[in-house]
Amino acid sequence: MEKRVTFGKWTIGILFAVPQLLLIFTFFYWPAGQAVYWSLTLQQPWGGGNIWVGLDNFRSILSNADYWNSITASLIFAGISTGLAMIIALVLAALTDRQLAGSRLYRVVLIWPYGIAAPALAMAFRFILAPEAGFMAVVNQFWPGFWDPGLDGADAMASIIVAFSWKYVGYNFIFFLAAFQAIPRSLIEAAAMDGSGIIRRFRDIQFPLITPTIFFLLVINITESFQDSFGIVDIMTSGGPANATNLMVYKIYSDGFRGLDYSGAAAQSIILMLLIILLTIFQFRFIERRVHYR
Amino acid sequence: MVERTPILNFLTHLILFAGFIFCVAPFVIVAVAASHNLKDVNDVPMSLLPGSDFWLNMKTAWTTADLGPKLFNSFVMAAGVAAGKVIISALTAFSIVYFRYPGRMFIFWLIFVTLMLPLEVRIVPTYAVVANVLSPYQAIMDVTGLSWLIEKVSGVQVQLSLGLLNSYTGLIMPLIATATGTFLYRQFFLTVPDELTEAARMDGAGALRFFIDILLPLSRNNMAALGTIMFLWAWNQYLWPLLITTDASHATAVTELKQLIPNVGGAPEWHIAMAGTLIVMLPPLLVVVLMQRWFVRGLIATEK
Repeated sequence: MEKRVTFGKWTIGILFAVPQLLLIFTFFYWPAGQAVYWSLTLQQPWGGGNIWVGLDNFRSILSNADYWNSITASLIFAGISTGLAMIIALVLAALTDRQLAGSRLYRVVLIWPYGIAAPALAMAFRFILAPEAGFMAVVNQFWPGFWDPGLDGADAMASIIVAFSWKYVGYNFIFFLAAFQAIPRSLIEAAAMDGSGIIRRFRDIQFPLITPTIFFLLVINITESFQDSFGIVDIMTSGGPANATNLMVYKIYSDGFRGLDYSGAAAQSIILMLLIILLTIFQFRFIERRVHYR
Repeated sequence: MVERTPILNFLTHLILFAGFIFCVAPFVIVAVAASHNLKDVNDVPMSLLPGSDFWLNMKTAWTTADLGPKLFNSFVMAAGVAAGKVIISALTAFSIVYFRYPGRMFIFWLIFVTLMLPLEVRIVPTYAVVANVLSPYQAIMDVTGLSWLIEKVSGVQVQLSLGLLNSYTGLIMPLIATATGTFLYRQFFLTVPDELTEAARMDGAGALRFFIDILLPLSRNNMAALGTIMFLWAWNQYLWPLLITTDASHATAVTELKQLIPNVGGAPEWHIAMAGTLIVMLPPLLVVVLMQRWFVRGLIATEK
């Protein structure tokens, strides 16, 4: 869509875009380019020159077992937490859309988790899921040693998955509900008159019509699970125990700022960028085919 | 609904109620834990009846983590990012929609790409830029030979340097440098009828006049939605303030929360930790509750 009526002098037009362009050049394009450059050189921390090493940084990272462990952990985290957050939100939104008494209240409350900072959420869940106090301690009394996220990698992974999915249920719920409500009521009523039941209507009418939303949320949830998880990991597990929750973003931070390995961290950033871009393209190519656009 | 389905209605209520509990429980547990004393909060199982130490714990958490100045910092940062986004995005969208100039689509794509790579993945070099925000320009001058030229002509060696670590500018600017918002405005500007522009031009309004007097007042809804979302988003930032505020004077409330985690071997002061968590949770929760309508509308419009 184009405007028919515009303002002439194009020099003035560009001036309006200059603040944004300066900002994204300084804080986006320059650092992004720098990351590529650093990943190909051996960078001394705090200045002191650098040596061109080509793909050596990538070679050493990709031959490091810790790094593969971090990729596996990220994929497990992304897969399970996205699945949980999507399915729970979808069910809740579909049911809220039935508009029974009290739906309004649910609609108001189910959005709250979105507003909470991931680290604050992580603090709450760190307490709720602590092995020695609160509620998991009750389970531990019956079954000693059942739950200890501080020692058991699987328990730690489960903790961060619970915290992350909890937040994104609220986020996904908003979009799913909006999508359901955009479906014309007459369509569903007509189908009901033709004698199709609730499950049939969901499968054949509602579900196909909300596939664009499902697709969109899938992309957002997976990308966010690679980035927004940082605060949760830092507060709840600090990457431990024994690197079990050392997700890719967390490893970039700890290698780059604690280990002062700028080149290694830059190479990891590049790999993470490529992974996110690849995932997005993959999802567009293979999932979008099944998506019905209105 | 369309037909009578008592059993299904019952099931719906049951599941929605479970969802309700699921969403509210953590808030309740945090609030209740914040009202217990050291012994009660570590009871197994913890009592879900509120204790009596709520205000005492709030006060202790407030002073231990020095939350007053930290909340102020969070507020400055969140308001700065929200205001910056609202203004800069409007300017850019105006430029893209209302002017025809060569390279317009190129600028559009330049901005669009920034949506793909979030701050987290370019965190290390962004940190370096903020440590000296003029370093990109110094590098350009070095490469183009401009600094050499200046040195030859004037004898002055060009050393541009401006550090933004531990400053509000450093906290805010990199967070504004993405395209969210530009697209929200663009979509909206495209729906503004051409007749309006035509009428304004006939009345002799220039670009700036049209922008300020007509377009901006029309975009009030968009501004409210974008402002709310960006305020929440910036308030909840963690990694970025954690990195660039090495000095406690500019730390934000969210990053200070970590100070309250009970130390291994120390007293398990979860009641204090939960009181602090509650304080940090409240402002964004309040914004969500008060601005729910705008917020939901904007969230759906920006990302879709």
